[in-house]
Amino acid sequence: MEKIQVWVSDVVLLQPDRAVLRKIKPMFSDSEAEARITDSRRRSDTPPDGAPSGPLASKWTRHKDTSKLISPANRRKYTIIVVGSGLAGASAAATLSEQGYNVKCFCYQDSPRRAHSIAAQGGINAAKNYQNDGDSVYRLFYETIKGGDFRAREANVYRLAEVSASIIDQCVAQGVPFAREYGGLLANRSFGGTQVSRTFYAAGQTGQQLLLGAYQSLSKEIAKGGVTMYARTEMLDLVTVEGHAKGVVVRDMVTGKISSHAGDAVLLCTGGYGNVFYLSTNAKGCNVTSTWRAHKRGAWFANPCYTQIHPTCIPVSGAYQSKLTLMSESLRNDGRCWVPKRKEDCGKPPGSIAEEDRDYYLERKYPSFGNLAPRDIASRSAKEQCDDGRGVGPGGLGVYLDFADSIKRLGRKAIEERYGNLFQMYEQITGENAYEQPMRIFPAVHYTMGGLWVDYNLMSNIPGLHVLGEANFSDHGANRLGASALMQGLADGYFVIPATLPNYLATQKPGVVSERDADFKRVEADVNERTSKLLSINGKRSADSFHRELGLLIWDKCGMARTKEGLTEALRKIPALREEFWSNLRVPGSGDQFNPQLALAGRVADFLEFGELLCNDALQREESCGGHFRSEHQDEGEARRDDDQFSYVAAWEYTGDLARPKLHKEWLEYEEVHFSTRSYR
Amino acid sequence: MAVQKNSLDLTLKIWRQAGPDAAGRFETHEAKGIPDSASFLEMLDIVNERIITEGGEPVAFDHDCREGICGMCSLVINGMPHGPNRGVTTCQLHMRSFRSGDTIWIEPFRANAFPVIRDLAVDRRAFDRIVQAGGYVSVRTGSAPEANGLPVAKQDADAAFAAAACIGCGACVAACKNASAMLFVSAKVTHLNLLPQGKPEAQKRALSMVRAMDAEGFGNCTNQYECEAVCPKSISADYIRKLNRDYRNSSLADIAG
Repeated sequence: MEKIQVWVSDVVLLQPDRAVLRKIKPMFSDSEAEARITDSRRRSDTPPDGAPSGPLASKWTRHKDTSKLISPANRRKYTIIVVGSGLAGASAAATLSEQGYNVKCFCYQDSPRRAHSIAAQGGINAAKNYQNDGDSVYRLFYETIKGGDFRAREANVYRLAEVSASIIDQCVAQGVPFAREYGGLLANRSFGGTQVSRTFYAAGQTGQQLLLGAYQSLSKEIAKGGVTMYARTEMLDLVTVEGHAKGVVVRDMVTGKISSHAGDAVLLCTGGYGNVFYLSTNAKGCNVTSTWRAHKRGAWFANPCYTQIHPTCIPVSGAYQSKLTLMSESLRNDGRCWVPKRKEDCGKPPGSIAEEDRDYYLERKYPSFGNLAPRDIASRSAKEQCDDGRGVGPGGLGVYLDFADSIKRLGRKAIEERYGNLFQMYEQITGENAYEQPMRIFPAVHYTMGGLWVDYNLMSNIPGLHVLGEANFSDHGANRLGASALMQGLADGYFVIPATLPNYLATQKPGVVSERDADFKRVEADVNERTSKLLSINGKRSADSFHRELGLLIWDKCGMARTKEGLTEALRKIPALREEFWSNLRVPGSGDQFNPQLALAGRVADFLEFGELLCNDALQREESCGGHFRSEHQDEGEARRDDDQFSYVAAWEYTGDLARPKLHKEWLEYEEVHFSTRSYR
Repeated sequence: MAVQKNSLDLTLKIWRQAGPDAAGRFETHEAKGIPDSASFLEMLDIVNERIITEGGEPVAFDHDCREGICGMCSLVINGMPHGPNRGVTTCQLHMRSFRSGDTIWIEPFRANAFPVIRDLAVDRRAFDRIVQAGGYVSVRTGSAPEANGLPVAKQDADAAFAAAACIGCGACVAACKNASAMLFVSAKVTHLNLLPQGKPEAQKRALSMVRAMDAEGFGNCTNQYECEAVCPKSISADYIRKLNRDYRNSSLADIAG
């Protein structure tokens, strides 16, 4: 295989001259199809992904044309359970209700408007090419596949890029106040891993504005009666009837009442599992419970080891720390990352370190992308500098993000306009003014690419169970590019699931299961038993203390760099910690009251099981790719993939024994693109 | 760039209330050795951790993102919703804003329309119901026109964004002596009514959202602007004037049929 050829184009595309374009064209043609590895070992043992055959660019259209439909008069007979009210959940619930389905939507927050999508800062990608800078659906598709280090499905990613433009149309129509230019048209900014400007934004609050758009659409449908909203209600288990997902068991977090809800399909839109690390940029309440419970009822968990460590977060300041705060990637448009060249300079005030004594390490290592290198690469580079003893701030765990040059070039006012709220947030937390001295930043867990396995219809291996947004595994491969999470959440909810869900519904007679059925009673009994158990241990340690201990262990052994030795150690320690949890936990209060400690304990119990699968997945993947970096597999700090052995999706089946999950492989077949070494140099 | 490692000894007077109909009371807790770089909620975490290990019942409070955007955290701290600093939420308030030896009074947001659930957590679903009355543009997914088909003057887009920055926390209600929700309602009405996309429903929106607000038991605005002073997103009380104008015009149109 020609390894570096494709991404020479990162450089050559800066000068799109015809001769060069002719030269790179064959890279995307089928002429190298023989380079693809197709030996008999590579037979997937997952269900087919269900994407239609034929040219990539017309797959989605063809799929929609041949998908089943439910007639408008019949839709109201179907009840759809949507768990989660973030971008994926709110957009799906609102859209399905608009189409006439009967929707029940659940969220653990006190209002659907508070789901953690609200905290996304930088923006949302869309292949509109409003900047006339060479963007296209194909380009967004290719950059997402490449950014994901060739570990995502071609057809899913192409569809994502294809519907991206409609998302912007939809959001603008809802009144989302995107940033605009003086002519009144939409503005764009750049993000990591790309060389075009395709990111739409609303200051540093893009997630907030998009979520409010979806929340308002959801509110419209609640008012109309199409959606019944259950806030402060947490899903604690999935109910399957004859192998199909037909409902959920939930706990009303105010009264403590445990009850069932039956439906004709279940949509999990419950986000990622980043809080397994304890410290992350996720909200405190984000958890793995719904997807983990579904996993224990049979849903396969795919690629859990693909976790994203975001390069620009505010460093940890003490042992009491409860969460980490992201500083948007967009800051790297105008901020320059550096550390002192000499270790002895690290304690000095940054202003006193002369220009020639600074190491602008991203610009040095990746001249064509510079400070806009993708997240996994920027994070690892920051870690490298700190490991080299040149980190700054407490414990040497930080690097500078310096705006001095941009302030000199553009003026303080321009920087204030672009990032004012971020600078203010930084000052609140650190007490430092980033207009006058560089920010100190350090990588932190931010997003999880892994999730429940789904097919092209976003349905898991359990018929009827659909998984949307960050909770599924399908679109970002081993690393997600900035501003693509919002795109995926809304693509799944507004445009994909409304078109694909009928493929399942049409095979089902609506309304045949009821909460009174034995299957529901059985799962309810399980949930009641687990809850009573948590309350009755009456030990000495809080749920939070177990969570912290687990998080430190996972961060240490399964964080930015992983080794066989470290993962093996973690796999030895996690079961021991879990055992202590179930014998020494203390949950105050009772089950029939508003009891945040009880909710937390249930989530920590699930993290303590999930952490083991995470480490098992990281252990079996003997390669480095994207956010998964195995120290044994590297070329001087650059990830070394092994496409021959590992270009598969690892889909794990729960076997009843946490230590021995069963691995299923879905080999990734690329028809349009070819594996290449990902280079941003 | 040394981070100060100062710590504080504090006396906390925390509101405890078992449920919406139970009587509440202040409970005194000594919080010693609190790092000044901890956030206010992390200070409460430290206190709760101690209560749990000593066998007591921890203080219930709402929180989630802990970065000032979800609107889940609340608390009235020394009489001020979200505490003494302007333009921040409780989760963004850090202990360096206090001094060792301080006594800090911690209460829930108080309003008839926000009943207490337990201790410091309150029920703010009334805000959701107000939005359900008209805080949206009635556009169906899939029917949107091309995004750049309708230019929006930058100053209108920027003004709409400033109003849309409201996080729906309810501090405005907690600060108001009438427990009015006018700042919240006016921010949403201003956001949508300023944009061409929101114009077709502008009149109906103002009318129905104000009616929903009244039905929820929020009070009237008497122009004290406490709401603006405590708003963590510095939402301008000017929007209330705009809302009053929209409401008056809508009412007249409504009467005229």
